[in-house]
Amino acid sequence: MSTTTGAASIPQPTRRPLWRRLLGFNLLTAVILGVGGYYFGWWIGHLINGPSFEYESATDENDVALLLGYVFGVVGFLIGLGFANYPVSRLLGRPASLREKESEGIGRYFGLCTDHKVVGLQYLVGIGVFFFIGGLNAMLIRAELLHPVPTFVGPGQYLSLVGMHGTMMMGMMTSGVLGPFANYFVPIMIGARRMAFPRIEALTFWLLMAAGFILVSTIFFGGFPTGWTGYEPLNDEAVMGMDSYIVFFALVGISMALLGLNMIATIITMRAPGMTWSRLPIFVWSVFATAILMVLAAPTLIATLLMAALDRTINTSFFVTGGGGSSYLFENLFWFFGHPEVYVLALPGFGIVLELLPVFTRKPLWGYRLAVSGMLGVTLLSFFVWQHHLFVSGINADLRPFYMLSTEIISIPTGFIFLCVMGTLWKARISFSVPMLFCLAWTFNFLIGGLSGVVLSDVPTDTGLHGSFFVMAHFHYTIMGGLIFSFFAAIYYWVPKMTGLRFNEMLAKWHFWLMFIFFNSTFLPLFALGLRGMPRRVSTYEASLQGLNVWVSISAFVLGFSMLIFLFNVVYSLIFVREPAEANPWRSKSIEWQLPTPIPVNNFEQIPVFDSDPYDYGTPQQALPGGGQPAPAGA
Amino acid sequence: MSSSQAAPSGESPGEPNHTLRFTVIWVVATLIAMPLVIFVIGPLLGPGNGSEQASGQGSDYTVLAATATPVLTLVVLYLLYSVIFFRQPKGAALEGPALRGHARVQTTWIIVTSLIVLGVAVFGTVRLEAGYGAGSGSGPNPLTVPKGPKLPVQVIAQQWLFTYRYPTYGGVETTHLVLPVNEWIELHVTSIDVIHSFWAYQLGVKADANPGVDNVVFVKPTKLGTFNVRCAELCGLWHGYMSDKGQVVRPTAFASWIQQAQKTFAPATKVLAPYSKTYLPEPTRRGE
Repeated sequence: MSTTTGAASIPQPTRRPLWRRLLGFNLLTAVILGVGGYYFGWWIGHLINGPSFEYESATDENDVALLLGYVFGVVGFLIGLGFANYPVSRLLGRPASLREKESEGIGRYFGLCTDHKVVGLQYLVGIGVFFFIGGLNAMLIRAELLHPVPTFVGPGQYLSLVGMHGTMMMGMMTSGVLGPFANYFVPIMIGARRMAFPRIEALTFWLLMAAGFILVSTIFFGGFPTGWTGYEPLNDEAVMGMDSYIVFFALVGISMALLGLNMIATIITMRAPGMTWSRLPIFVWSVFATAILMVLAAPTLIATLLMAALDRTINTSFFVTGGGGSSYLFENLFWFFGHPEVYVLALPGFGIVLELLPVFTRKPLWGYRLAVSGMLGVTLLSFFVWQHHLFVSGINADLRPFYMLSTEIISIPTGFIFLCVMGTLWKARISFSVPMLFCLAWTFNFLIGGLSGVVLSDVPTDTGLHGSFFVMAHFHYTIMGGLIFSFFAAIYYWVPKMTGLRFNEMLAKWHFWLMFIFFNSTFLPLFALGLRGMPRRVSTYEASLQGLNVWVSISAFVLGFSMLIFLFNVVYSLIFVREPAEANPWRSKSIEWQLPTPIPVNNFEQIPVFDSDPYDYGTPQQALPGGGQPAPAGA
Repeated sequence: MSSSQAAPSGESPGEPNHTLRFTVIWVVATLIAMPLVIFVIGPLLGPGNGSEQASGQGSDYTVLAATATPVLTLVVLYLLYSVIFFRQPKGAALEGPALRGHARVQTTWIIVTSLIVLGVAVFGTVRLEAGYGAGSGSGPNPLTVPKGPKLPVQVIAQQWLFTYRYPTYGGVETTHLVLPVNEWIELHVTSIDVIHSFWAYQLGVKADANPGVDNVVFVKPTKLGTFNVRCAELCGLWHGYMSDKGQVVRPTAFASWIQQAQKTFAPATKVLAPYSKTYLPEPTRRGE
């Protein structure tokens, strides 16, 4: 069972003394250089922009200093981790190598490592930490909403909580599936030994961690009042905590774009012989579609935030009305990124569910090509719908029928996914393992999310619902009910392979049932609250709505408790009990389950040759009457 | 919908006809659910009948909910049906049938969903444009404008309150919104600082207030009484407190109220900026 930590106990003959090991490029150096860089940037910022402005010297607000501090801090952090070594050594004419991959022991999880399996686990834990911080914010928000008037947080703190919760979740969870599971399994599934750009892969992870830390640091600078959308000109008006938001999201954008590029390059160029496009596991297709969205959408976000930062520091006026700018511009640019972004959150869920269903139904994936075209259709269409977020804003009002149509059309390819799920369930032999339960829950949740989306895509009904709790409930059904449920399906399905250890199944079932029941009990009433006129992002509401709000808050606390069960299961099963998992507990035919555990550093002794897709389940039918579609080539 | 045909292979002997059985269950459930949705749930969804726009949105909710019902029952019942009838027997490790698709089912599904979607989009467009924006902020030059006289009222949003100017009554600016019943109102929503959103719940009106933008909404109140006004776009520290009560009154009461307001606010009106579609916003930068 020797797992990830096993190597630590292997005696190493040439072990250097501790002080010598601490010296060099590692996390400690990175933190030291990061802090040093931060103070260096802060110092320069004050040099440039300190005493000359009356306001800044009076309030100790200095956006230039903070932004430079963050930028230099991140650069120092990355140099400390060793990201500059390779480019520098190449500049000096040394030969190319992948030295970082060779490190061993538990230490490699705490530094720059180019093994995609290490990066996958790093992502899983790193994102998990920030997911829990975001979840804690949600608990505090719901605690405040127990009463129709503010009780224990002030209006400013409340907005900070709302902003932090939304930004943390939308920012960190964009890589919630691609970071851990795609990095880990895509190379294996396509028969490759590594990602196309292993150093960039490591860079995306550490950038995301630096970003998460920066977002948390906003509490030292007054938080930010804008929510995750960061609308101008409120953005321009906000205190220094806003700069944390800007740097956080820009770093997330860079990380996303690089991650997407890496995935696209890997999937296009590194497929093993026989791994044709029509044999690609559906999960890899969903990653491919998501990666396209990331690469095309994230640069818009980065540019927008750069403009916002310039508005805040050197008084450009991209978004300042009266100075030649427009508040519409920010909304337009933000949602041009923001709507593809929400499909970045949804698509990997499609992939996970369709990947797992055949294993637990003992049937091939039904309608493989339909599923692929559904995903690609969603990818394409998601760039044509962004102004449905601005239906009541007055922007391009005559174009609203177009955006209404494009938004509603996107439900056609989404419907393909549902048909494929239903087709795969038809006459299946379903075994209700925990990952399967999460997949079935996904189907229900995403259905509610999708149908409520149709009401929001219709301008007359959206007029009442825009900016209300209805919208909030809708996107929690698609993101939490969709992404997070499929995320947990993937955890319960794949972590036994990643760690070689099994979860306690009773705790896992408790986690599932509590999460599923109380997720719905939390978010279904929010539709009603929205219809009754309760806006988002307020801590004051009409007294008549208190009953439902109390119900929602209590459900949310139980939902939060279900996450603690999961956390307990992780600690209990993976750290204390450490019961080894079976080699292939789900009897999966996918290639990652045919490899030894732990998977060797280079995955394959010999690059495999594929002659079918991984859905070779089921007893073949004698005849396929009535237009039965033959299996894809090679099956 | 199409999945009623989802019998992609011949039935094996001894197994019930799942296609027929599921279709019957789905049709019966939908027939029971439909009247419930149309007559019981649908009417609860809208913002009431405070205005023509609010009533219109109410019937739109019902139509959309009724359209969604067969889809909802189809998928939910199908999930339940599968979970009950397509189980792996205890302790067994049976394989399912190796079905990889069914061209007719897939084609039917695509056609039916496309038709539903196009129908919903056409319906929404007609209701939006024939309803003069259906209570939504429709920009400075709305595509369709109700005929006849309209009372223009400007809604000025700022951190953190709304004020209202009546340009046809000498540009008087009031702190509460009072509207005459059964008359077309032309609201001009604008902001002088950050983005806000003017939401008059019972009137079914919502329009973002952007600085430098004149966002027009047409609304015809049909019911006397008060309505809630709230800001629906996060606008800073006291966003949660940016609410107000408006009133819909008889035309005669409105005439006397506006006369009184003109008198009361006369000194303020004199020093106000002249009425304009938008106002150059106050600088919002910190420290200025």
